[in-house]
Amino acid sequence: MGSVSNFILRRLALSVVTIWVISVISYVIIQLPPGDFVSSYVAQLAQSGAIGSGDDLARLRADYGLDQPMFIRYAHWAWGVLRGNLGWSLDWGRPVADLIGERIGMTLLLSLTALALSWILALPIAVYCAANRGTPGDYFFATLGLTGVALPNFLLSLGVMYVGYRWFNLDFSEVHSPQYATAPPSLGKGLDLLWHLLTPALILGLATTARLIRVLRANLLDELEKPYIVTARAKGMRELNLILKYPLRVALNPFVSTIGMTLPQLVSGSIIVSLVMNLPTVGPLLLRALQAQDMFLASGILLILATLTVLGTLVSDLLLAWLDPRIRLAA
Amino acid sequence: MAELVPGASQWTLIRRRFLKHRLAAVSTVVVALLYLVVVFADFLAYADPAAPNPGRPLVPPQPIHLFEDGHFAPHVHALHRWRDPQTFEMRYAPDPATRIPVVLWAHGYTYRILGFKADRHLIGVSGRPASEGALFIMGADSLGRDLFSRILLAIRTSLVIGLAAVALSLSLGLVMGTISGYYGGLVDLLIQRLIEILRAIPTIPLWMGLAAAIPATWSITAVYFTVTLIIALIGWTELARELRGRIMALRNEDYVLAAELAGSGPGRIMLVHLLPACTSHIIATTTLAIPAMIASETALGFLGLGLRPPAISLGVLLNGAQNLEALALSPWLLWPVAPTAAAILAFNFIGDGLRDAADPYA
Repeated sequence: MGSVSNFILRRLALSVVTIWVISVISYVIIQLPPGDFVSSYVAQLAQSGAIGSGDDLARLRADYGLDQPMFIRYAHWAWGVLRGNLGWSLDWGRPVADLIGERIGMTLLLSLTALALSWILALPIAVYCAANRGTPGDYFFATLGLTGVALPNFLLSLGVMYVGYRWFNLDFSEVHSPQYATAPPSLGKGLDLLWHLLTPALILGLATTARLIRVLRANLLDELEKPYIVTARAKGMRELNLILKYPLRVALNPFVSTIGMTLPQLVSGSIIVSLVMNLPTVGPLLLRALQAQDMFLASGILLILATLTVLGTLVSDLLLAWLDPRIRLAA
Repeated sequence: MAELVPGASQWTLIRRRFLKHRLAAVSTVVVALLYLVVVFADFLAYADPAAPNPGRPLVPPQPIHLFEDGHFAPHVHALHRWRDPQTFEMRYAPDPATRIPVVLWAHGYTYRILGFKADRHLIGVSGRPASEGALFIMGADSLGRDLFSRILLAIRTSLVIGLAAVALSLSLGLVMGTISGYYGGLVDLLIQRLIEILRAIPTIPLWMGLAAAIPATWSITAVYFTVTLIIALIGWTELARELRGRIMALRNEDYVLAAELAGSGPGRIMLVHLLPACTSHIIATTTLAIPAMIASETALGFLGLGLRPPAISLGVLLNGAQNLEALALSPWLLWPVAPTAAAILAFNFIGDGLRDAADPYA
């Protein structure tokens, strides 16, 4: 049991360090643009006609602690973040936490739908490819997979958007059908939402699906060469049952073990897919924040996204340790 | 799988195995062509990619007519511009009566190639200054600039950025991966944790944040290098991981022990004995990294965060293709998608072929 708790402790410690590094990067991003927060605030005040004097400026700076060294300001900011205060969005005139809170759900929903879709698609395709190795079908999916891994999300979504708009008159940017747009939450509304997220999730999950198919197919093929398969086949077991019964279970490992790798990619991709398709996730919010130099909002989004990703990875690691004793022992 | 021919060197085996991957072999030709474009972009372009034509916004692609009255005389029809009285849209109509000859080896805008000044272009129109904008093979953008010429120069920028970023992250990955794999222990632990941390962060928002922080006042060159640096600083982890695994496996080979006993220091063992043994893997991983870098630059430019106009890159060109309604009216603005996808796919297919071929005995 010692090795299990050891493994969990190490994973936890690493996640904490990762989140800390992310927070430092986020803070640096706030600090990077020329001029500090107060100068942009004052510039905004000046635009609206209320011009502050030099004295006001100095007082504002002191209020926000801008006259103190960087690490103290960082500590101040980090303490605020820990208490749920991500700062104030100048662009929207609202707390950053509220803005992110409104859209983070859709972001997670999109990423997780993509993950689920890639699992649902990868499993049967990989089994088919492994069972029909070297057939045209196998080659077809191999080529499709290679293309799917390679094509960047934004090109794919741009293409799908254009084709949909031009020839099918589809608009992907609405996540609710008109009749549900203002309706209270219900099962129908939820299903409708999932239906609208299907296309973006497919685009987002394509690379993951392709990678999963590849790993799963390779694992299955390794398994299929083992003597117990030959024995089962000699005994007259049907080919499909043969695959589904034992080798598939052994080969299933990558489904969980690749979450750590795919989750950051999915979250990352969800930003760009929803930017192209104009979905109400944090993606468009992030772009607008960056364009308007609304750095508290931008770094808040980066911090929250990255932290959630790290937590997701942590959960998948723990899940894997529970599923696969080999991981525990190796750690 | 590959038949082992007695006496064939490892590189011969790798080459044979690689050529068997047909997609990879074809892709090699595509990439070679793309880099020919990189070198000769200005020669192949026929109109100054930066010069706007106020009278020619959004000209649709123009066909080149090859024959005139039965004999070979390539030409385009002059364009007549008018406004639709109902919709007030700007429209262009070809005027078949006025033929503008298209000639080879034409004079055009001046550019520098390999240190020489030149003004010859593969094709051009004769009898009119090119600045008038008579020829638009792939149409014009909203400022009347020739899209074909712009795409050629964009290919140059984006493909060179890919190489530069890869060169940077290759050196980072080589150093980190080799040290990590050779020394093991605490150094390895630290580097591996650093890699895990970097890989746990969603890259696109991070890139966006860093790229947006580049001051708008910087010169194109400065932005160019910063974007390259940002992409490279996050992209080295894959190579370092791959290399570490290889080096760790090789480190326990007898020949390394022999070299140690013969008095070789760690530096010599790493550089002379370990790294060359990984060359094929390094090449494969590097090739797979190039398209990722190109895609990153293009995505950033597409979002308007990476290179910005007046720089010309595939991302910058695609930035003009964001608006769906505009695309429905002028679909030729989507042309930059083709070279982007071609470059990214071709590099990936080559990388895939190389990865399979890297270990010819496997």
